Amino acid sequence: MSLLEVEGLEAGYGPVTVVRDVSFSVDEGKVVTILGANGAGKTTTLRALSGVARASGSVRFDGREISGRSPEAIVRRGIAHVPEGRGNFASLTVEENLRLGAYVRKDGKAAREDMERCFEHFPRLRERREQAAGNLSGGEQQMLAIARGLMLRPRLLLLDEPSHGLSPLITREVFKILETIAREEGTTLLVVEQNANLVLRFADHAYVLETGRVVLDGSAEEIGNDEGVRRSYLGMV
Amino acid sequence: MERFVQLVVDGVAIGSVYGALALALVLIFRSTGIVNFAQGEMAMFSTFIAWALVESGQPLGLALLAALALSFVGGMLVERLVIRPVEGEDQLTILIVTLGLFILVNSGAGWIWGFENRAFPRALPGGSADVAGVRLSWESLGILAVLLVVVGLLFLLFQRTKLGLAMRAVAANPASSRLVGISVGRTLMIGWGLAALIGAVAGVLVAPLLFLDVNLMGGVLVYSFAAATLGGFDSPKGAVIGGWIIGVAETLAGSYIGFIGSDLTILVPLVIILGVLLVRPTGLYGSPEVVRA
Repeated sequence: MSLLEVEGLEAGYGPVTVVRDVSFSVDEGKVVTILGANGAGKTTTLRALSGVARASGSVRFDGREISGRSPEAIVRRGIAHVPEGRGNFASLTVEENLRLGAYVRKDGKAAREDMERCFEHFPRLRERREQAAGNLSGGEQQMLAIARGLMLRPRLLLLDEPSHGLSPLITREVFKILETIAREEGTTLLVVEQNANLVLRFADHAYVLETGRVVLDGSAEEIGNDEGVRRSYLGMV
Repeated sequence: MERFVQLVVDGVAIGSVYGALALALVLIFRSTGIVNFAQGEMAMFSTFIAWALVESGQPLGLALLAALALSFVGGMLVERLVIRPVEGEDQLTILIVTLGLFILVNSGAGWIWGFENRAFPRALPGGSADVAGVRLSWESLGILAVLLVVVGLLFLLFQRTKLGLAMRAVAANPASSRLVGISVGRTLMIGWGLAALIGAVAGVLVAPLLFLDVNLMGGVLVYSFAAATLGGFDSPKGAVIGGWIIGVAETLAGSYIGFIGSDLTILVPLVIILGVLLVRPTGLYGSPEVVRA
């Protein structure tokens, strides 16, 4: 049984349905990516999983149905969502942002140790722990957002466009850290990304979303070698 | 010189009342972007509750504590029942809802307790203290002390507790707050409760200086708006310091500027509001609205 099993997911906002009949699964300890053009429904899918978008259909996490639950309840199950635009608390300090990541955790001491671990992954955040998050550079803000997600010690980490707005150099740095997190700590990742080249290099499995439907799925390698995908998403002919 | 110092201290005292109500306004504005025009009336209602409890034979201390606790609950109910249904509507809608609440609470208090003036019992000692050769009224010093205690407790709440962190998180980014598991609705309710409680403190502090009637807080609200505007509408520190400046400006202008006297002091906050908006719209400590492209 997979950690996350999505079946016939329909999601949207108010009367607008963005995602129709999407099914996919994520195995524990794996890195799965959802590819697709702008407007394909990638972000909405993630938002449906974390409970902030309207969702119907079946979403089973660790065998339990979470579709239609509130975001607060879903976070408590161990799903952290690093949203599009990073979602930092700009006026709060780096350290306070990280503490908020562990908001629902009851084990204060372990959470403090996890903060140290985050600082090991992202040494630049340690230097800036007393600074307001809004004053960080774009790359640091993305690192903070990922670290905030990790502070939940999530069973599943949802990442929405971690490379957005970052220089190629910083993007590579961020992805290297993500790879470490996935491989060494065994954190399960579900990554939505425009930069397919980059994410296919370390993902295990990929789904391709088009106008709200899954049109293709396979191992990252298969998808990376698919003619159509190469043409549409990898900028190669 | 002695008179000047007395006026300044009295100004700081009355300014502490303005600061307290301004603090209530700022707490709500920071977390919801709503300017609650009914804040003063809610405080007046709280003050009436304290008065009614005293009238029914309860000791003053107990009556005050009960009124503060009831205000907290009342503030939460206002958020849940009146504000939540219009959450996310445009500014004008919300403005009209808070004005409606103003009228509702004002008339409600008149309906329950009547429209006549009542004497509100003094909780603070009378008389005056001799500080370095200047006679200062205990009442003024007491009001200042109460405000400082309120500010101290708020600081501890916001900086040292998990609830305070959650409240600041909701003010900074409600969408992300939900994603980390904060119940935004519950947090906003607590914020409104807290604001109502602080407003109630302002009400019971000012009531003994004036007479208690349904229009107790009308004037105070204008001064508190001036204080919040001067301090910066999203800055609690600004609300308190703004309150002091407004209070001192009011007492000094009333005494030293002939034509203002005691009748035209309301001009002081209005001129200050106008001046701040013209010269420095974000106030002394407010953050400018930053829009990142």
